Amino acid sequence: MGNPMKIRASVKEGVTEVKVLMQHEMETGLRKDAEGKLVPAWHITEVKAQYNGRTVLEGQLGTAVSKNPYLVFRFKGGKPGEKVSVNWVDNKGDTRTDEAEIS
Amino acid sequence: MNTIIIKNTILLFAFGAFSIAAMADDKSGPAKAAEDIAKYREMISDGNPAEFDEMRGEELWKKPGGPNNVSLEKCDLGKGAGVVKGVYAELPRYFPDTQRVQDLESRLLTCMTTLQGIPEKDITAKPFGSDNYQPAIESLVAYVVGQSKGIQMNVSLKHPKEKEAYEIGKRVFVYRAGPYDFACSTCHSQDDLRIRMQDLPNFNNKKSAQSAYVSWPAYRVSQGLFRSFQWRINDCLRQQRFPEPKYASDVTIALTMFMAKSANGAAYAGPGLKR
Repeated sequence: MGNPMKIRASVKEGVTEVKVLMQHEMETGLRKDAEGKLVPAWHITEVKAQYNGRTVLEGQLGTAVSKNPYLVFRFKGGKPGEKVSVNWVDNKGDTRTDEAEIS
Repeated sequence: MNTIIIKNTILLFAFGAFSIAAMADDKSGPAKAAEDIAKYREMISDGNPAEFDEMRGEELWKKPGGPNNVSLEKCDLGKGAGVVKGVYAELPRYFPDTQRVQDLESRLLTCMTTLQGIPEKDITAKPFGSDNYQPAIESLVAYVVGQSKGIQMNVSLKHPKEKEAYEIGKRVFVYRAGPYDFACSTCHSQDDLRIRMQDLPNFNNKKSAQSAYVSWPAYRVSQGLFRSFQWRINDCLRQQRFPEPKYASDVTIALTMFMAKSANGAAYAGPGLKR
């Protein structure tokens, strides 16, 4: 299981803005270590955000995304006190889900 | 005939001055770059990964560790044993128990060796982070500095040793040496100097010194790591081609003292976020 994410969500004029900071190495698989050996690829492949059981964002991340990715997105709807959950899966099959209350 | 020539010359000058003014307004050079970097910083300021280091540091602070199996909650960072809130805004300072002026890292080192019983060389052998390696002391720094966010910098020079450290730091700052005959002041004593895209702070300018000091320690996006102030000094000296300084040595503390004092009056804003 991966390290926890930081999620902040706030609603303004009927639009919820979600800010997600993920903890992940995001190794490209192209970098070499001090001994000259390739560091194997290790990165998030899929991100999914849900609100009330509805998927509001689904996407694929890859090697071009930096370490500790930061993602901001907005969706229509959302009320204070309701929850948004974010899940990622990486190429080693590891996964992590965290949720946050909308403020 | 002569008047016409004069008139034309005046017109030409006027036009020249106008086009220079117009050029100054057109942001395409360094000004634009600085603006874009500021915009980028603002965009990611809510998502500073240094927060993860702060979380880790808090855990390390509270968890019993070392051969003595005690936590650092009895560590005195200047405001009494266990007080973390606001301490960074008053460091470096003189500590009567060690009879030295100490910065945050050096003080943490004192606590980790005396309270927890960790041999000093175990900590100072590899004090900075690298790929997949983040030493405890760096995360502890992140936690402690985060607890001074928004607090006004107030470094004192009341004690003679503090005054002495400041004076030494001030001299080291302008001391030219090494194969490039560089001093800190070579890059940090004029306005509007840059290394590639990075604006360099000018420590002769109060505002510039303040904004630079309060934004360190920081998370470096390009390195994917949180960096302490000891690292900042170590890497500056490396770029100057100076010999590598001893971790938390008196000279690094003196330099920190000089810079910290220059930042007095500004609200501490770290941990920062750097490109």
